[in-house]
Amino acid sequence: MRRIMNVNPDRVTKLVLGLVPIGLVILLYVMMSHERLALNPADKLMPSLASMGDAIVRYAFTADARTGDVLLWKDTGASLIRLFQGLAISVIAALAVGLLLGVIPLIRAGFAPLISIVSVVPPMALLPILFIIFGLGEVSKIALIVIGLAPFLMRDLTHHVQSIPVEQFIKAQTLGASTWQYIVRVALPQTLPKLIQSTRLSLGPAWLFLISAEAIAAESGLGYRIFLVRRYLAMDVIIPYVIWITLIAFVSDLLLGALSRKLYPWAHDEEPST
Amino acid sequence: MSELLIRNVWKEYGAQIVLERINLHLPAGSFVSLVGPSGCGKTTFLRMILGQEQPTRGDILLDGKPIPREPGPDRGVVFQRYSVFPHLTVIENVLIGFELAAAPFSGVLRGLAREEALEQCRALLDQVGLSEHAGKFPRALSGGMQQRLAIAQALAKKPKILLLDEPFGALDPGTKSQMHELVRHLWKTNAMTIVMVTHDIREAFELGTRVITFDRPRRDPQAPERYGATITYDIPMNDPIISAHKPQPRPDASLFQ
Repeated sequence: MRRIMNVNPDRVTKLVLGLVPIGLVILLYVMMSHERLALNPADKLMPSLASMGDAIVRYAFTADARTGDVLLWKDTGASLIRLFQGLAISVIAALAVGLLLGVIPLIRAGFAPLISIVSVVPPMALLPILFIIFGLGEVSKIALIVIGLAPFLMRDLTHHVQSIPVEQFIKAQTLGASTWQYIVRVALPQTLPKLIQSTRLSLGPAWLFLISAEAIAAESGLGYRIFLVRRYLAMDVIIPYVIWITLIAFVSDLLLGALSRKLYPWAHDEEPST
Repeated sequence: MSELLIRNVWKEYGAQIVLERINLHLPAGSFVSLVGPSGCGKTTFLRMILGQEQPTRGDILLDGKPIPREPGPDRGVVFQRYSVFPHLTVIENVLIGFELAAAPFSGVLRGLAREEALEQCRALLDQVGLSEHAGKFPRALSGGMQQRLAIAQALAKKPKILLLDEPFGALDPGTKSQMHELVRHLWKTNAMTIVMVTHDIREAFELGTRVITFDRPRRDPQAPERYGATITYDIPMNDPIISAHKPQPRPDASLFQ
């Protein structure tokens, strides 16, 4: 008998093993929900799959009677636009700052302490300030995402730029590279796959800040909706919304991973295609 | 091809003296091997020629002029590892030298200029035997091939002086002797001055026209940091007695066919 730590599952086994716990969780939910509904048909805490299905039809495929919008798509659109804007600003700012700080010691000496301090300020504590300064509109929500992500990404990318081997730093100069050329031809291309990796890790916090901001003040958005229907204990809406958010986050993570492997084959473990 | 003059160079880190009283004249076209125990400052010495570090005292003159205080295209280098850019293919790794010189802002060549540069890159890759791997990324190459690429990359700039920092230290013996042949050939055809740091004494004597050893001739047991390493032996390999004992390259097998 081999040691258990040496037994690796093949593809099929791996798939089955991965699906079993997911199936079990769903099964457990259905059984518990059934139990509760049998005792009290008006129970709202654990709605049946059928009533969640009804809610999905109402929110995803039927226009709202008052506004004429299909709420799920409207909410998804509003949230994704905010999320995308917040991420885009953070990533572009972090890339610029990371490269400058990582490559130029004088700039690093000037700004690294400030960024280290800012990156430990709890972003949620700044939300009231953002609401006061930027009002309750879109800007304050995007600003919260940026404040939450950018300092972390800046530190992370500065670190990645600095950890390019010194041999390459010297080699580039012996090949005639100026500071600018080192940035655009060596530091930038080697940082981009790390940037994608860091962005993937930031998706979780990005959603956290987005939903928090939407929960407090918004007129649409996925976070806004679940906090709105919470008042009616509408678990049949909340649960599908949460699953939908999870799905979006999961798929965007997969897409970023695939994008990185496609654009930067040299940065990944698989044998690069030539 | 250029001469290098080192005049009374010292290197100190605070109270610790690493190198002291280094005086050396390398005529154009020398191939100097630098040997010595670990931590005796061989690599520090190479870094000072490279401009990566500055001597605490003394001057380093290349063709009579003090070397700049930073690395530049007149001094090429091959390190033991990490010399090539992982994000560029083999040919792009050589091309970048041409691109950096020709395109100050974008650092990228396009169109006809790129084609012309690529032509020269192919010739360089041919010299080091990497033509058929031109499109691969370095990670797909063996250690020996990566070092050959690093050499081709350095040759692209036609440096006055080529610095090799234990370039073959991580290679297996077979690959190593192939690399020796290659470097000897490139040195003769490109008429360069080469300074090579190595731990392999045999390699040092086989390749160099001159072998220089670094060591600490003076020691103070109470304060070991007070005395640095200096040149302890300077052995010219073109000396007829030594040359007679120098291993001759084996005859080419094709002669016997």
